[in-house]
Amino acid sequence: MNSAVALQTTLPILIPLISGALSLVLWRSRQLQRGISVLGTGALMIASVWLLLSVYADGIQVMYAGNWPAPFGIVLVADLLSSIMVLLTGITGLATAVYSLATISKTHEHYGYYPLMHLLLAGVNGAFLTGDIFNLYVWFEVMLVASFALLILGGERAQMEGAIKYVTLNLVSSAIFLSAIGLLYGLTGTLNMADLAVKLADHQDNPMVQVIAMLFLMAFGIKAGAFPLFFWLPASYHTPRVAVSSLFAGLLTKVGVYALFRVFTLIFPLGDSLTRDLLLGMAGATMLVGVLGAAAQFEFRRILSFHIISQIGYMLMGLALYTPLAIIGGVFYIIHHIIVKSNLFLISGLVYRLQGSYDLKQLGGVWRSHPMIGVLFLIPALSLAGLPPLSGFFGKFIVIKAGVEAQQWWLVGVALLVGLLTLYSMTKIWAEVFWKALPEGAAAPAQQRGGTSLMVITIVALSTMTVLIGVAAEPVYRLAEHTASQLLDSQAYIQSVMGVN
Amino acid sequence: MNMPNQPDSLILRVTGHFLLPLLIMFSLFLLLRGHNEPGGGFIGGLVASAAIALHLFFTDVQSARRLIWLDPRDLLGWGLTIAIASGVIAMFSGLPFLSALWTELSVPMFGMLKIGTPLMFDIGVYLVVIGTVLNILLSLAEAEDA
Repeated sequence: MNSAVALQTTLPILIPLISGALSLVLWRSRQLQRGISVLGTGALMIASVWLLLSVYADGIQVMYAGNWPAPFGIVLVADLLSSIMVLLTGITGLATAVYSLATISKTHEHYGYYPLMHLLLAGVNGAFLTGDIFNLYVWFEVMLVASFALLILGGERAQMEGAIKYVTLNLVSSAIFLSAIGLLYGLTGTLNMADLAVKLADHQDNPMVQVIAMLFLMAFGIKAGAFPLFFWLPASYHTPRVAVSSLFAGLLTKVGVYALFRVFTLIFPLGDSLTRDLLLGMAGATMLVGVLGAAAQFEFRRILSFHIISQIGYMLMGLALYTPLAIIGGVFYIIHHIIVKSNLFLISGLVYRLQGSYDLKQLGGVWRSHPMIGVLFLIPALSLAGLPPLSGFFGKFIVIKAGVEAQQWWLVGVALLVGLLTLYSMTKIWAEVFWKALPEGAAAPAQQRGGTSLMVITIVALSTMTVLIGVAAEPVYRLAEHTASQLLDSQAYIQSVMGVN
Repeated sequence: MNMPNQPDSLILRVTGHFLLPLLIMFSLFLLLRGHNEPGGGFIGGLVASAAIALHLFFTDVQSARRLIWLDPRDLLGWGLTIAIASGVIAMFSGLPFLSALWTELSVPMFGMLKIGTPLMFDIGVYLVVIGTVLNILLSLAEAEDA
């Protein structure tokens, strides 16, 4: 096996692990930890670009950990979907690391913020790259442990309350996931995803296989924040520091979505099954419930949290329609969403720095005092609502067009309505935070060290990316198209994993 | 610093002093036999942590900290570094991450000794487990003392 292939597939997991270990060794020095966090995430981003480029040029890359042949050892598999997700992790990681320099307090740094952040990134990348279903479970747990610690870092009452709901539901999901893996292993005697796909190819009608597929749907549905078990998300995402919220909002639920895309294209191809009908219903309900929940909220980050849920619905819709165009739309939507969502959370943190509150009623007049921030908010906000020529428009357009072609009229109707309601939500934030005058007796600005320049730089960079994805939608579409054809043709994946040895 | 509700037990103190070195040796034994038989870095680390926890029962936090003479966070960090390094070594010989490399050493009066990266990985895990458990345990004990 080519050692460059092994290296580039390993690096996205290895770099955050090494950065995490180094920041633990150097826990006495704040400065060194801060340096490592930016260098490490920067290196991670470069490594992920390298991975995506070579996967795009040379096809699926496989790494056999410990040199054990598949299906006996654990494999890391980088296909286009995996490497796109890894790249998005790199971008979000770097943005969060830079933003953290300006916003994370000394106490948080002292209690291990940076090692935990690296551990979270390692877990997320591990989940994206692994080709082994049990290993996927392990990476989910790594991610859960790190995210739990990040969630309660600081130890405020609201954080504990949110964390209890978060941990409880995620543990339920993990338990279901683990039982499903156990049943699957009992049935097939293998844990390698490609091998599973081969062994189950002729047994999709077996009731046991359908039960297992349903368990996976439930487990990943909870992780993705899909209807009906989504309520851990708005209960917890607004409680930690905003850099942490942004990292969670960008990546964690998307790992669940990724797992759904992977499992339901490779191991249990959707076809015309009951699972598909269920997933269609889940997608519609997720969109609708998320956006209606957001309409009732008057806290900046809570509104954004509910919108994560409604956006997850669009991605699920892309998967559930299960046509090539729909999968393209789903992938495009994920690319668009991760960047926009992280950015919106970062902006809420910037507004908090300026005016000392997240409550829409306490905020106001930002447009008059800082028009630049208003513009920076409008780009991701309008993109989220799906206005052309921003990235969200193309994501929604492709998914909805696929819905029309598949003649799923009610789902198309829901998707359009949700787009409109998203616009309403964003207008609400705009009117309350930016347009109206600052109310009497508003909270005092937060007393924190450092300037806002690092925060603004991060937000500008992410907004630029949103604009670029919109303006250069063509190449992104092509990338999503390749990804979709790779996902729908699982033979290529299977051969890359099983064929070499 | 004995708490009022924590009586000074002679039996615990005497047996504790005897058990501590035995438990540490047992944990090292578990660590070393773990490659082909039950044992390994994880369980060895737990036994070593239990030994220090026992010490904590009949002395105080300061004394337990002196006993391990390294901050648990250092153990954690270095252990993780060693474990990752054991996987990276193979990459320099062009093998995938975590590939096992073995070498034989002849030790006088002992014969041939086979050592390799899996042992190094286990040692890393051993340190990580001790570091994690003691970090939690000592923080809790300190919070109780305060």
